[in-house]
Amino acid sequence: MRTIAVVGASLAGVRAAQELRAQGYAGRLVVVGAEAHQPYDRPPLSKDVLLGKATRAEIALLDDGEVARLSAEMWLGVRAERLVPPAGALVLSTGSELPVDGVVIATGGVARRLPGARGIRGVHVLRTLDDALALRADLLAGATRVAVVGGGFVGAEVASSCHALGVPVTVIEALPVPLSRVLGERIGAVCADLHTDHGVDLRCGVSVAGLVSVPDGAGGRRVTAVELSDGGRVDADVVVVGVGMRPATEWLAGSGIAVDDGVLCDAGCVTRLPNVVAAGDVARYQADATGRRVRHEHWSNAAATPATAVRNLLAGRTVARHAADGYVWSEQYGVRIQFAGQVDPTGEVRFVDGAPADRRFVATYHRDGAVVGVLAFDSPRLFTKLRRQLAAIHAR
Amino acid sequence: MIEACRLVDLPPGESVRVSAHVPIAVFNVDGALYAIDDTCTHQDASLADGWLEGCFVECPLHAASFDLRTGMPTCLPAKRPVNVYPVHVYDGVVYVDTPPTEGVA
Ligand SMILES: Cc1cc2nc3c(=O)[nH]c(=O)nc-3n(C[C@H](O)[C@H](O)[C@H](O)COP(=O)(O)OP(=O)(O)OC[C@H]3O[C@@H](n4cnc5c(N)ncnc54)[C@H](O)[C@@H]3O)c2cc1C
Ligand code: FES
Repeated sequence: MRTIAVVGASLAGVRAAQELRAQGYAGRLVVVGAEAHQPYDRPPLSKDVLLGKATRAEIALLDDGEVARLSAEMWLGVRAERLVPPAGALVLSTGSELPVDGVVIATGGVARRLPGARGIRGVHVLRTLDDALALRADLLAGATRVAVVGGGFVGAEVASSCHALGVPVTVIEALPVPLSRVLGERIGAVCADLHTDHGVDLRCGVSVAGLVSVPDGAGGRRVTAVELSDGGRVDADVVVVGVGMRPATEWLAGSGIAVDDGVLCDAGCVTRLPNVVAAGDVARYQADATGRRVRHEHWSNAAATPATAVRNLLAGRTVARHAADGYVWSEQYGVRIQFAGQVDPTGEVRFVDGAPADRRFVATYHRDGAVVGVLAFDSPRLFTKLRRQLAAIHAR
Repeated sequence: MIEACRLVDLPPGESVRVSAHVPIAVFNVDGALYAIDDTCTHQDASLADGWLEGCFVECPLHAASFDLRTGMPTCLPAKRPVNVYPVHVYDGVVYVDTPPTEGVA
């Protein structure tokens, strides 16, 4: 291959570029990234960046030396508009066309928004560095109450950071128990307690019926409250919408690449076309022998999938498969939460160390008697051991 | 020189965290003792809580690995070395020599 393009210049894209060079690819390498910023790490956005504790340099994925060593053309602030089938060229937002022999799709996702929220000042999402800086500026400009819509990982972390900044917070969660889809009801309930421990107002089982706004005096509107489905109302001058993301795949329309809640791939991150692979949040790959496909929106998945994707791209066929361990971590109210494996919603949860009431414990998830997942609050040592054991069982 | 622990409290495969000018992690690898900065150079995690595999410790948060002998990271996401410190045992007590020996490439 003479030209390979990596589309998306975040964790998965940067790792893909590094892997291409590490695995011996010496041809032309172009990294196309829609964001104008140098590639950065996203997890700190809801944590240290909101708190003003992390500098740009600290969240940078590459320093100048590393950029130079990659010998890649970094086309930042440029969007891939189209992939011309069968993956012969990329059409770019600059109007030009880049002929390619291979493509790594690493376009991640775009934050979901609330209908009718566009253009109302004070309403935020959090996916990009620009989002984080805008939210922080609004919080520091004298916010009196923040409403966080969605009590998932990002919503919970934003609530925790707002609390740390001294701004009162209400979390609005549609499920009866936050995080119950990802961590199960039992552990979700402990996560709910983390909010209430800190005086955060948690409203579960309600959704947003509408936003109340007033003229902002500059020709636009500014949010003042959130109306709830149960008739309630939360006064807030800042609203953060944390209702997940959708995979960034529109640009693949007409490319011949199959898309269904992500880019459909085999177990080796290879799409229907052998010279197009996908990695990170956007990739929906085959998880096991049943053919079931999964898409993970976790840092470690975006860090690990590029190695497999690149290996298969360079081989021209699927010679390696990716085995996900589903690891994710989160930081809420000073507690480090770590999870790996799977949750069986109807399976048993056992507390194997510590106690939920102390907010320091380790729990295991079971299916048919076997351990399928492990979770810890502030217990990295035992967590790591159990995570290793779990991975060893699955490797067998 | 800082007193870390009694040798009997640091059996092979184990680690302790010691307070010094910065937190220091001391490991026992099959009888050989190593001391390095406890805080990962990537983000905020304690390497004493990490996974010991031969002369390498894997960070419990994002799996960067460090060579205990040199302090050098062997894989991403860490890029900078941790400091390494000489360790001595006198009379069944483990001591760590501070200040550090700079991580060497
Ligand atoms: C606020 C926040 C906190 C998080 N915290 C954690 C955490 O604590 N733990 C954890 O495990 N995970 C966390 N995550 C998830 C983790 O950050 C993601 O899994 C990871 O960023 C995915 O990387 P990616 O490269 O696949 O996609 P992304 O990071 O989404 O990057 C995709 C990039 O592609 C670009 N792009 C999109 N379309 C195009 C196009 N057509 N042309 C060119 N470029 C394009 C985008 O602009 C973007 O820069 C967090 C995510 C967020 C948003
Ligand atoms: S904190 Fe150690 S690898 Fe990230």
